[in-house]
Amino acid sequence: MKLETLKELNAERAARRPVIVVTDTANGEQRLVKAKDFAADPLNAELSKALRMGKSTNVEVGGKKLFLNVYAPTAKLVIIGAVHISQALAPLARSLDYEVTVVDPRTAFASPERFPDVPLVAEWPDVALPPLNVDHYTAFVAVTHDPKIDDPALLHAFERECFYIGALGSRKTHAKRGERLRAQGAKESDIARIHAPIGLDIGAVSPSEIAVAIMAEITATLRLPPKEKEVAA
Amino acid sequence: MLNRDEDILKAAEDWQKAGHGVALATVVETWGSAPRPAGSSLVINDEGTFLGSVSGGCVEGAVVTEALDVISSGQPRMLEFGVADETAWNVGLSCGGTIRVFVEKVG
Repeated sequence: MKLETLKELNAERAARRPVIVVTDTANGEQRLVKAKDFAADPLNAELSKALRMGKSTNVEVGGKKLFLNVYAPTAKLVIIGAVHISQALAPLARSLDYEVTVVDPRTAFASPERFPDVPLVAEWPDVALPPLNVDHYTAFVAVTHDPKIDDPALLHAFERECFYIGALGSRKTHAKRGERLRAQGAKESDIARIHAPIGLDIGAVSPSEIAVAIMAEITATLRLPPKEKEVAA
Repeated sequence: MLNRDEDILKAAEDWQKAGHGVALATVVETWGSAPRPAGSSLVINDEGTFLGSVSGGCVEGAVVTEALDVISSGQPRMLEFGVADETAWNVGLSCGGTIRVFVEKVG
């Protein structure tokens, strides 16, 4: 690997931008392709699939054996609300390799006793969220049931284009939430991005089961190609 | 955790800048119950110091030896380790899988 390629790779990784390094394993020839350049690349289909699956793979193109090494940023999960569901959701998400942060200004909820080993921010979303660098590789879940906390957090998630945004609440609660967010300037397309009621419909009852439903929905959003995703949702 | 320890790539860049010869070994293909997935890598410098892992400890020793050759020759090479291969069995990929590791010089 050329030093320039390695430097560029490290810079892209530090900026949490996905890249794939394509190596001809017969002769060591190599190039780095940034995700934003996939569309114009002759290997677009192969690159896009490898990135979506987050899996390094070999392809054969024009008689050449190429190794596609995927460098995708670690997915983050931001949970708004240090509630009972979050106590089950945080460890589950960590076992799926998400970098998890829990935000809740209510210190009685956001206590280390309730969340051992999970980064906790006991601040309001306007203070807590900017330093977290919420980005496209972030799944964002609002589960406090309190509009004063959930609503500003959701507005932040829209702005940062999180790949998944979910909010707890029945259809009725969600309709009211839509009205409030609209009044605060949210676009219709943003509100439509919220998964609510949250989680895949697996008949979840307990907090742990709801956590499974949420992670299943997040996984489907991350991994399935756009068409199958609609069916799963 | 299944996370890839990619900060070793930053170490590779730093070693290079400090004037070391550096090689990068990457798992490019696996069959069977290989311990580390494709894309896992190991970085090695000319003093034999290495970071990361391609097999969870089974074949690292052999990879480091080959990597030192690659650092001096500059020519990349493909290594294969598996139970069907007598040599590989000796270096101990006892988990029953087969892996191919691409070793290349950095710089």
